[in-house]
Amino acid sequence: MTYIAKPKFHHPNLPRNDLGLTRRDYEGSMSTLCAGCGHDSVTAAIVEACFELNLPAHKVAKMSGIGCSSKTPTYFLSKSHGFNSVHGRMPSVATGANLANNELKYIGVSGDGDTASIGFGQFAHAVRRQVDMLYVVENNGTYGLTKGQFSATNDRVSVGRKGQVNAFESIDLVSIAIQLGASFVARGFSGDKDQLVPLMKAALSHKGFAFIDVISPCVTFNNHGGSTKSFEFVRDHEHTVTGADYVPHRDEITADYAEGSVLDVTLHDESRVRLRKLDATYDPSDRAAALQYMMEHQAKDEVVTGLLYLNTGDDELKEKMDVTAAPLNSLGAAELRPDMATLEKINAGLR
Amino acid sequence: MKTNDFVIKFANVNGSGSASANALFAKAIFRMGVPVAPKNIFPSNIQGLPTWFEVRVNDKGHLGRRDGIDMMVAMNPQSWDQDVAAIVPGGYLLYDSTFIREIDRDDIKTIGVPLTKLCNERFTIPRERQLFKNVAYVGALTALLDMDFEVVKGMISEQFRGKDKAIAPNIDALNLGREYALKYFDCPLDIRVATSDAVGDQILIEGNAAAGLGCVFAGATVAAWYPITPSTSVAEAFEKYCHQLRIEPDTGKKKFAIVQAEDELAAIGMAIGANWNGARAFTATSGPGISLMSEFLGLAYFAEVPVLLFNIQRGGPSTGMPTRTQQSDIISCAYASHGDTKHVLLFPSDPTECFDFAMQGFDLSDGLQTPVIVMSDLDLGMNDWTTAPFKIEDGVELNRGKVLDAEQLDEIGRFGRYLDVDGDGIPYRTYPGTHPEKGAFFTRGTSHDEYAVYTEDGKVNARVMRRLSHKFETAKTLVPAPEFGQAEQGSTMGLIHFGTTAIAVPEAMELLADRQIHLDTMRLRAFPFSKEVEDFIHSHEKVFVVEQNRDAQMRSLLVNECGIDPARLVPILNFDGFPITAVAIADMVTEQLGEGEDAGEQAQGGFAAE
Repeated sequence: MTYIAKPKFHHPNLPRNDLGLTRRDYEGSMSTLCAGCGHDSVTAAIVEACFELNLPAHKVAKMSGIGCSSKTPTYFLSKSHGFNSVHGRMPSVATGANLANNELKYIGVSGDGDTASIGFGQFAHAVRRQVDMLYVVENNGTYGLTKGQFSATNDRVSVGRKGQVNAFESIDLVSIAIQLGASFVARGFSGDKDQLVPLMKAALSHKGFAFIDVISPCVTFNNHGGSTKSFEFVRDHEHTVTGADYVPHRDEITADYAEGSVLDVTLHDESRVRLRKLDATYDPSDRAAALQYMMEHQAKDEVVTGLLYLNTGDDELKEKMDVTAAPLNSLGAAELRPDMATLEKINAGLR
Repeated sequence: MKTNDFVIKFANVNGSGSASANALFAKAIFRMGVPVAPKNIFPSNIQGLPTWFEVRVNDKGHLGRRDGIDMMVAMNPQSWDQDVAAIVPGGYLLYDSTFIREIDRDDIKTIGVPLTKLCNERFTIPRERQLFKNVAYVGALTALLDMDFEVVKGMISEQFRGKDKAIAPNIDALNLGREYALKYFDCPLDIRVATSDAVGDQILIEGNAAAGLGCVFAGATVAAWYPITPSTSVAEAFEKYCHQLRIEPDTGKKKFAIVQAEDELAAIGMAIGANWNGARAFTATSGPGISLMSEFLGLAYFAEVPVLLFNIQRGGPSTGMPTRTQQSDIISCAYASHGDTKHVLLFPSDPTECFDFAMQGFDLSDGLQTPVIVMSDLDLGMNDWTTAPFKIEDGVELNRGKVLDAEQLDEIGRFGRYLDVDGDGIPYRTYPGTHPEKGAFFTRGTSHDEYAVYTEDGKVNARVMRRLSHKFETAKTLVPAPEFGQAEQGSTMGLIHFGTTAIAVPEAMELLADRQIHLDTMRLRAFPFSKEVEDFIHSHEKVFVVEQNRDAQMRSLLVNECGIDPARLVPILNFDGFPITAVAIADMVTEQLGEGEDAGEQAQGGFAAE
């Protein structure tokens, strides 16, 4: 598919959002990933979420590291600035960018190699700093670009394409993110757009570190019978604990839900995320219980999906650091550079 | 009689509270108008190991390190033997005579002051008894060296302003030592300090503090750093001055953001992210951090993202000598990262230049859209230097280089991030969020064309690489020019130096002139080398290159970049972790010339410390 240039024209009657833009306006260049790659579905979900949220593309910055997943920012939001940094180091670049201008939305796209191995340290610290961003891991348990080595998120029971055994424990990024204090943690499946798009919309409306681990099968190297990151396995073992609906602040909630099964949480921009509890015992505001739940269900080989943890009470990085509201990159010499008289006082103090 | 020309050294135990008393002593001499160069020679340790504080006093302004201790204040039994041995014949030993010490030299004069006994009698709190021993020997020195006591007392009052209860006991401790010295010794001695006006309007400050202050005046808003000796105080100074100068009066909020990162990789990653997004951001590190930051430096070079980095060099290789000085990261910084990469380096030689190069460094980095590394070192960074006052020009906007705003984007056709529009190799950039339709591009470390689009076309990549070379040529015309010193008659021989070596050079030239050896000098201030640098080398038959590393790294860089015949550049090297001395330079140059014209022979200095 990669040799086909994307045509610029589109159907005149494509639906438009409040900004008068079509979905095509949120797309990027043609994907160069393998046909059927789960990552392309994640890209589509990002396009859909941004379209539905009426986000001006130029107010979004796309950040990534290295790997198949990190290539995907080229395939969406062509009118946004993007930064394809070095392997495993996207979190630090995103942190610095965020400190310079917190008025942009930051979408970081990473993979399981980029985040759980080489970038594990930076990921952990971006989480605990509560960097205001959406951090998506397109998780396929494998290194695609280097032709199919196990990654650190590959489940212990999951064997390689040629039957290789995985001797090591897997890293569950969702549990790690909850433990380190991410304020929005979800898991989705690239094959379930209906679930993924509302999760993305809620995450983009959330202030603070929003993490979505998307199981996104690698059709070339890790979609075989022994893999726990295959389309078939995830479809058979998906256990959705919460269904999340995103409700823009102007919309009334009209749908009927059984009493006690619905939890409305107001986000920072006054929009709401409506959680439909599919497992009545699950409480997405209880960090310890959420972790316990992950471990128990993982032991049963279940892939728990949905909005797993949400805390709207924590400050994001810039607030934690007590930094002025105006973007730092908007301040000029008048605000930043003291005058010679001030400097002369400093000189005097050094005599 | 040695008036305003001596070296005094304090031998202390790390963590015993000597640092503030020693600093007080040095500052008092400075306040008397006499140029001083205090140097901390400290261990990589928090408490218990030997530490020294060396103060050179010289009213001619020769403030490079000098061997030969005129007076030793020996407070540490661990290092007693070597401390006593370091005193010049005829010099003085001041020690705590509460304890019986064996002094096996009869060519020095000893001054025993029972500091422990005096303080134990006067003070009751154990910590005070310990701390005030240090203040008491400063008190004794005021009498022995004929220092202006009012100046010292005034400084105590200044130091403890707001903690007034501490003033009286400190002055009490000063008097304790002073009165004992006056009573039992013939004060003053024949080394002494006389009030002078040699300091003029100069200030006393550490290079790292000057660098941090320079970043405030440069308009830096984001600093990301990871603690490492000897660079930590750059970030700490930036923070201190930001708290003084950058708090919004109405809200109390900060017009800056400082992140202590998880490691050096993250530190430079954050600085790059912030610069990419239009804030001025920097990081500071030392050798091991440079190694870790190399991958990101390559990205910033190739993707053309400005970033300012302070490298406060220390003794290498590996963890090396973390608390000693060297200039041994020249090559690793000039060519940091894999592939064909080159970086702009600035070489400050005093705190005033640390301040100026912070400001110029940001301008160059923004102007050239490339990393700039300020190559300071531990000697400059962590010691107080007598240096010219800081100056800025009022009313100047920050020079952010070629950045297009929304209006400019509307006026042009298709925006190409890496197009060489002006023919100087420097393209135009945009900040994220500038324009709804135009100006967005993809910053990447992968090969790209002029529109920032990924390409595997080797010819396109070669074109981009050639433009980057061209940009580096432009940099030669923008970086700080070298400074020259000419021998009276002009000479056929030259001497190149840079950074902290500069402080020792005028004195070395005087020593050499006494031996009828005359050299023209050139102080390098930046890499890449401008044409003037090549011209200087070509106009001299033989050129000495003085540097503080083993492998003559600057010489290699000159040979490599300027296509110089290596035989013409004679290395003069010091790498023992201590700042190079004028005597060492003069002796090594003399020795080289004594060996005839065999310039290939290396003059080796720098023997292991003590």
